[in-house]
Amino acid sequence: MSTFIDGLSLGAIYALIALGYTMVYGIAKMLNFAHGDIIMVGAYTILTTLELTGNPYLAIAFSIVICTISGVVIEKLAYKPLRGASPLAVLITAIGVSFFLQSIAQLIYGSKSRPITLPDFGKMSIGSQEINVNTVITLVVGGIIMAGLTLFVKKTNTGRAMQAVSEDKGAALLMGVNVNRIIMITFAIGSALAAFASLFYLMQIPSITPTLGSMPGIKAFTAAVIGGIGSIPGAMLGGVLLGLIEKICLSIPAIGPYTTAIEFSLLIIILLVKPIGILGKKIREKV
Amino acid sequence: MSKYISNVKKQFKFKHIATWASVLLVLIVLIILNGAGALNRSTIGLLSRIAYSIILATSLNLVVGFLGELSLGHAGFMCLGAYIGTFVASLLRNVIDSDLLVLILSMLTGGLVAAIFGFIIGLPALRLKGDYLAIVTLAFGEIVRNIFKNLEVFGGAMGYPSKTYKAKDLFIIAFVVVVIVLILIQNLIRSKHGRAITAIRDNEIAARAMGINVTFYKLFVFVIAAFFAGIAGVIYGHYTTPVLYTTFSYNYSIEILVMVVLGGMGSINGSIIAATLITVVNFLLQSKLSGDLAALRLLVYALILIAVIIFNNAPAFKPIKERLSLSRIKAKKVEKKKDIINDDAAEWNRIETKINVDAIFTPDLPHRDEVDQDGTEDSEKEGE
Repeated sequence: MSTFIDGLSLGAIYALIALGYTMVYGIAKMLNFAHGDIIMVGAYTILTTLELTGNPYLAIAFSIVICTISGVVIEKLAYKPLRGASPLAVLITAIGVSFFLQSIAQLIYGSKSRPITLPDFGKMSIGSQEINVNTVITLVVGGIIMAGLTLFVKKTNTGRAMQAVSEDKGAALLMGVNVNRIIMITFAIGSALAAFASLFYLMQIPSITPTLGSMPGIKAFTAAVIGGIGSIPGAMLGGVLLGLIEKICLSIPAIGPYTTAIEFSLLIIILLVKPIGILGKKIREKV
Repeated sequence: MSKYISNVKKQFKFKHIATWASVLLVLIVLIILNGAGALNRSTIGLLSRIAYSIILATSLNLVVGFLGELSLGHAGFMCLGAYIGTFVASLLRNVIDSDLLVLILSMLTGGLVAAIFGFIIGLPALRLKGDYLAIVTLAFGEIVRNIFKNLEVFGGAMGYPSKTYKAKDLFIIAFVVVVIVLILIQNLIRSKHGRAITAIRDNEIAARAMGINVTFYKLFVFVIAAFFAGIAGVIYGHYTTPVLYTTFSYNYSIEILVMVVLGGMGSINGSIIAATLITVVNFLLQSKLSGDLAALRLLVYALILIAVIIFNNAPAFKPIKERLSLSRIKAKKVEKKKDIINDDAAEWNRIETKINVDAIFTPDLPHRDEVDQDGTEDSEKEGE
């Protein structure tokens, strides 16, 4: 039971990150490799603000602002000049940006892991089970954010414009949608979600390093692909599924050490059997 | 057309020999220097590193530059080669006395095992493209590391204590392997198969329409690249001990990618130069930049990667690039030479023919204006 709850909360973290991947992929048609490192940026912002002011809420607000700004700046400086270039070029640039953020963090904060303590709300008991309150917070807040995002995309004008751009960029442009602005907003939302993800991730780990973002980043992308890339409910489903699988595998001693291998093998198998993912839409290639 | 082809042939033949012949020349010079005792230990070590870096960069260039797919698991193939190769070598040492033979056999086994996994990874590559493939190869690299980390036979988390080969001899053998790999790759690219591979890169659908077996060639390139990466891994395994899974992280794959991008995607010579350069720079900085300053190196790599790609691909930079490009200067030269070139097309124009070619190729059709008018009228009627 506690494994299940842990898995769900880890899944919520993956889902939040995967949402950033899937939205950017759906709208800009690119794999934002640096997305995982935005989490790291958020984590270090929280650390610095905590050290300076000691106020966790200020730290959270700050990390959201910084993550959003860095997401938009990266888009403007690195990806925007390459709009219309080959996907390979964009992908390599994204990898470059990811490397860049990691090395900057290492230069500023050092490669040693830094301990970080977020306020702990202790444990609460549901029935006979004891559960960390932080886990519950992750689940509840994560759920609210995801519901809010779904509403935003479905109901608001900007959200509809996002759908239109992901459907057909050219047609959306003709309909008067400012595509560049929509892409910028997408990056901003994705990065803000990453800030939340970094907060929840910090609740689970005791210390942070400059490379902390890359592993959850890659795993969240795996989740996005499993759910069907470009699909928002798909990213949520994939994230939760992957979180559950990871925690369940880790709880079984015989296969625990091989968890990473199992998760990535799952990715390869899914891509082989159903390349569009569980909820993905099929894209036909045109000449 | 035939002029174009013959020009290309001439150029490529020249390049083709120049690449590996120059490496061979360097090797001969090195052997002489080595014989004279002019090389110290660290230089010899550096030479081995340059050798396997060149193999890694050129083989990755096959996938990225020529096939046009991004592989982020090259370090994974290298990892397989390093572990399996040194493991096999330690077994073979009990049976075979000759060190050289053990080395060659272990290279072949390491390469073959990596190639088999290249085949397995190449299978999803047939269905996937671009970003997905990049992620699958990345996942593969992580899987390989994760498994070797947990296998006690290979030393587990402590790494496999491989027996290093005598460094003095290793670099010579490594460079011989480099020359062989270069000859193989150059011949592959200039062959019919190489052109099929670049055709797939430029337009997969068009290539398929031309009757190119896309499935076969994609797998083929993956297997070849994995084989060479495996061999590079075996050389690495014989150079360093222990073989540790942490070395072959995703970062190392990116470092190889930086070599390819810096040297120019699709340029073997560029890969060789960039691989040498980056390895030497790494070697020199290793002692200078300690601790956290080591990140400065990664920062520079990242900036190189972003700058080179944006400069080469961004639409905004196109005019600047054209102004700076060498091909423009070359084009001018060719223009001057135009009259000298023995040109089939020119010959054809010069020969006076008494046949009225236009009359033959123009069938009896109504006058052009009439056709146009008819056509527009028809379409208007349909529109109504």
